[in-house]
Amino acid sequence: MAGQMIPQLIRTRGLTKTYQVGDNEIRALAGVSIDVAQGEFTAVMGPSGSGKSTLMNMLGCLDRPSAGEYVLGGRRVSDLASDELAAVRNSNIGFVFQTFNLLARTAAVENVELPLVYAGVPAAERRVRALEMLAKVGLAERADHHSAQLSGGQQQRVAIARALVTRPLLILADEPTGALDSRTSLEIMALLQELNQGGMTVLVVTHEADVARFARRVLRFRDGHLVEDHANEKPDDARAMLRAEAVPVTISAEASA
Amino acid sequence: MLGLLRVAMRALAVNKLRSLLTMLGIIIGVAAVIVMIAVGAGAQARVEEQIRSLGSNLLLILSGSTTAGGVRMGFGSNLTISEDDAAAIPREIPETMAAPALRGTAQLIWGNQNWSTVIFGVTPEYIDVRQWELAAGRMFDATDIAGATKVCLVGQTVARQLFGGADPLGQVIRVRRVPFTVIGVLESKGQSMMGSDQDDLILMPISTARKRVLGASNLAKQRSVGTIWVKVAEGYDMKTAEEQVRSLLRQRHRLQPGQDDDFSLRNLEEVAATQEASSRVLALLLAAVASVSLVVGGIGIMNIMLVSVTERTREIGLRMAVGARTRDILGQFLVEAVTLSLIGGLAGIAIGIATAVGIAQFAGWRIVLSPESVLLAVAFAFTIGVFFGFYPARKAARLNPVEALRFE
Repeated sequence: MAGQMIPQLIRTRGLTKTYQVGDNEIRALAGVSIDVAQGEFTAVMGPSGSGKSTLMNMLGCLDRPSAGEYVLGGRRVSDLASDELAAVRNSNIGFVFQTFNLLARTAAVENVELPLVYAGVPAAERRVRALEMLAKVGLAERADHHSAQLSGGQQQRVAIARALVTRPLLILADEPTGALDSRTSLEIMALLQELNQGGMTVLVVTHEADVARFARRVLRFRDGHLVEDHANEKPDDARAMLRAEAVPVTISAEASA
Repeated sequence: MLGLLRVAMRALAVNKLRSLLTMLGIIIGVAAVIVMIAVGAGAQARVEEQIRSLGSNLLLILSGSTTAGGVRMGFGSNLTISEDDAAAIPREIPETMAAPALRGTAQLIWGNQNWSTVIFGVTPEYIDVRQWELAAGRMFDATDIAGATKVCLVGQTVARQLFGGADPLGQVIRVRRVPFTVIGVLESKGQSMMGSDQDDLILMPISTARKRVLGASNLAKQRSVGTIWVKVAEGYDMKTAEEQVRSLLRQRHRLQPGQDDDFSLRNLEEVAATQEASSRVLALLLAAVASVSLVVGGIGIMNIMLVSVTERTREIGLRMAVGARTRDILGQFLVEAVTLSLIGGLAGIAIGIATAVGIAQFAGWRIVLSPESVLLAVAFAFTIGVFFGFYPARKAARLNPVEALRFE
């Protein structure tokens, strides 16, 4: 890392994952080598079964590769024990899921606090930091609302606040707009873009081209292989699109197609 | 820890009805244990009290039996022991006190009332040996024995049946036509272990009983008695005392080695120990039966916790994704199970105590509520929570985060 202007945050070499299904061995990921620099906004694309979800599980330290190496922030994490992986997830990775995964009947602020509970942060400090993050995603007013009292977009913003609260190295978003309407999707992408502009590394896994066009780099997967690594010189600005009123209509037509 | 408790309370509050139904098993189990222990301990206390009223440091010597034309009579039919034996026992074994007694029955008459009761001709030591208290008046003394005076003490039942509300002291009653002055009233002793009334009797000097009242019955030897009670000093070994008394009597009766005793010697401590043991077994049995329901309650907790783990698979996956370690998840579900069982346990204690008190009030049973039984119940509830909560909690903690997050 030392001396480099943009340090490599993610470095994988020959990352492989095989599953045993009956007598067949399925290679979900077949020797993937990628580098992601700090501050990048990357979209991982591919049809279902392409291995993009498996890659996301590997990069998110939710699963261990069958072979290959994964270095996250200068630390080799590909062969850590499960409790060590939990600690890595806790401090280095912020997850955003398609279905938000907020705890039921739990206030937004407490959902945001959850990672800090496992980080062993004292209750008073947890509350301060959680409220700070909720303010950052524009939900300071809704801190005491339960998830059932929030709209889908609001729930996803709570989830983003939860992902940010431990000040992670990267945000891993798995189909973050998959359960949202087009306008709300745009709001979420705008939020992720703003976070990225603030220096946060963002990695979005999606099968929608609509989502990928906001990223500056697009990785395409097919059958467990990386087939295209494409730099998007002019990503769309979600915030600008939100300001232009007519745009959401087009987006919704495309999204439903 | 406090945080875990709050998480557990919230999880339980989400499904109030289900939590309550789950607790029901523990509530009933703990309540049953508390009630059964209270009732069992009550029965045991009753037995112990009866034994105390009898006196457990007592030896009872009964006269031997006679055989008349091949028909063997019971103990006391042949009066082989005497007042002299009774006098010899404390003389030879200083740790003892002996009280001989002659027994008979007679009809008592006072005014226009009459009552049939048991008459004991005894020495002044008798009430000390039997540990009987006087409610009023005095015990007769050596002078009364020497002079064979016509005085007596009456038991509570006799006092009630014969005198009604009147004060028995100083009254003259007729026992087989002989007038006796009542000089004392005995304190109530209640029922014996066998259920006989220990207050339905009168005491009189042994000399008077022999000469005036029981003279007509079979009393071949002038000094012989039916029973001798021997009180052994506190702390002196009952077994030793028993053997000393036995060998003393055998020697006095000139029995050859190998010859049977011509008397019967009973150690009441042994009787008491047997009684106590059987009541303790009963109490233990009751508690054991009740604890079966605790185990059933524990299985109910395990059941619901397993359902809960399955239902909350995604939540577990999320917690793991944001950094929960194996022990965090294990702890969370374990605390939940223990909270469930402890709350159930506390409710069970309350209900158990209320039921036990209710039984005491309405059924009139003797109960003993001890802090130990409450502690035991809490410890039991806690153990059940840990024991039956562990398997579901471990199942949760061992989930694969990827699969848990994908779980529908």
